[in-house]
Amino acid sequence: MDASLIVIVVVVTALVFDFTNGFHDTANAMATSIATGAFRPRTAVAIAACLNVAGAFLSVQVANTISGGLVDETLINPVVIFAGLVGAILWNLVTWFLGLPSSSSHALFGGLIGATWVAGGVGAIDFNGVLNKIVLPAALSPVVAALIAVAATYLAFRVTARADPGRVNRGFTISQRVSASMVALAHGTNDAQKTMGVITLTLITAGMLAPGSPPPFWVVLSAGLAIGLGTYMGGWRIIRTLGRRVSDIHLIQGFTAETTSTAVILSSTHLGLPLSTTQVCTGSILGAGAGRRLASVHWGMAGRIVLAWSFTLPAAGIVGAGASWLAATGTAGVVVVAVTGIALASGIYVASRRDAVTAANVNDLPGTVEDLPRAPAAGVAT
Amino acid sequence: MHIDWATLAAIGVVAAAAAITVVLLISFALVGLSGRTGRQVDDRAPGARPAPGVAVAALCLVAAGLIVAYGLYLIVA
Repeated sequence: MDASLIVIVVVVTALVFDFTNGFHDTANAMATSIATGAFRPRTAVAIAACLNVAGAFLSVQVANTISGGLVDETLINPVVIFAGLVGAILWNLVTWFLGLPSSSSHALFGGLIGATWVAGGVGAIDFNGVLNKIVLPAALSPVVAALIAVAATYLAFRVTARADPGRVNRGFTISQRVSASMVALAHGTNDAQKTMGVITLTLITAGMLAPGSPPPFWVVLSAGLAIGLGTYMGGWRIIRTLGRRVSDIHLIQGFTAETTSTAVILSSTHLGLPLSTTQVCTGSILGAGAGRRLASVHWGMAGRIVLAWSFTLPAAGIVGAGASWLAATGTAGVVVVAVTGIALASGIYVASRRDAVTAANVNDLPGTVEDLPRAPAAGVAT
Repeated sequence: MHIDWATLAAIGVVAAAAAITVVLLISFALVGLSGRTGRQVDDRAPGARPAPGVAVAALCLVAAGLIVAYGLYLIVA
């Protein structure tokens, strides 16, 4: 296949991944704000989208996560990256359809690892790096976030127990707006960078950009816009899960969960071991639920989420490997992978319309008996 | 197989300290501000001076604001 054509295909695929990354992760910053009424659903996704775009431009570091030693870069070519992206996009869509918050970064790494495995053999993958940079943080980050959120939530409820409820609710509403915005901004600086890294890496491997170059402006712009647009679409299915179906969330818990998420994300990023935003946020929400009352956490849903996490890397990896194997056969293979990917994505989208979750019904409760009764909607107190 | 436990522990400690500090500062600020409304369910005599509460609240909010600003700096820089 013509070199410049495959590069165009990879860039488009990377932007599609960025878009799915955006709507998949809206929930991280905004699920609890929407559930507690701190933001109206449409306002929440609009703010998250703007902050994600801003975050894409703000960061001066070039995300090197993709080529951070997980796979042997000399064995990567645009076709491998394309196959990895297809694996990541499909896994993102499946988990979105199921309403499960799984890590977009893990899907991306899984897809790339699977695709590289097929293209370069098992020796091309640094399993020590995979363990240290992905598996271990994935296992520990939700636990750390949950423990911190438990403590923070417990203390917040204790301290404000005797204070004026109206003022407390108003205060925490404002605080939650700030903390949610911080999560969204931090997300933009992290995740938009990953796509920029992928596109830049593709341009370098295709010889269109000198090695070590920063991402060109059009890459920054298109990646920022893709993730912003995805965020604005709102992954309502995942927002509903995190906001309503993991635990009952009161305003105080929304604030403590998001403050914990911000603290964990920022400290991990700056201590050189970036954690998955999704896993940190999910852990914080679980912890904030448990910090008030253990029974308010819906452990069945928590179990399903953890199950999805453990499948993310291998599932995206298997799809990436299959796509890599097919795409390596030549132009026809790439076309088959692209068409199959588009067909599967369309199928998932059509299936999702049968039970559509939108801004209008995102806060509805599931109709099962075990989920009732629930505390009255913790909106802005009058 | 090398696992970087020290970094993981550092992340946990720093994040816990930052998150709990901010949450406590905001909580204390709201308790302080509650005094001013006079609706506080407290055994303090009605009409007690609200000024100390407001001062504590202002101090807490400024401190929390500084931590948030530092977080913003970390994101941007």
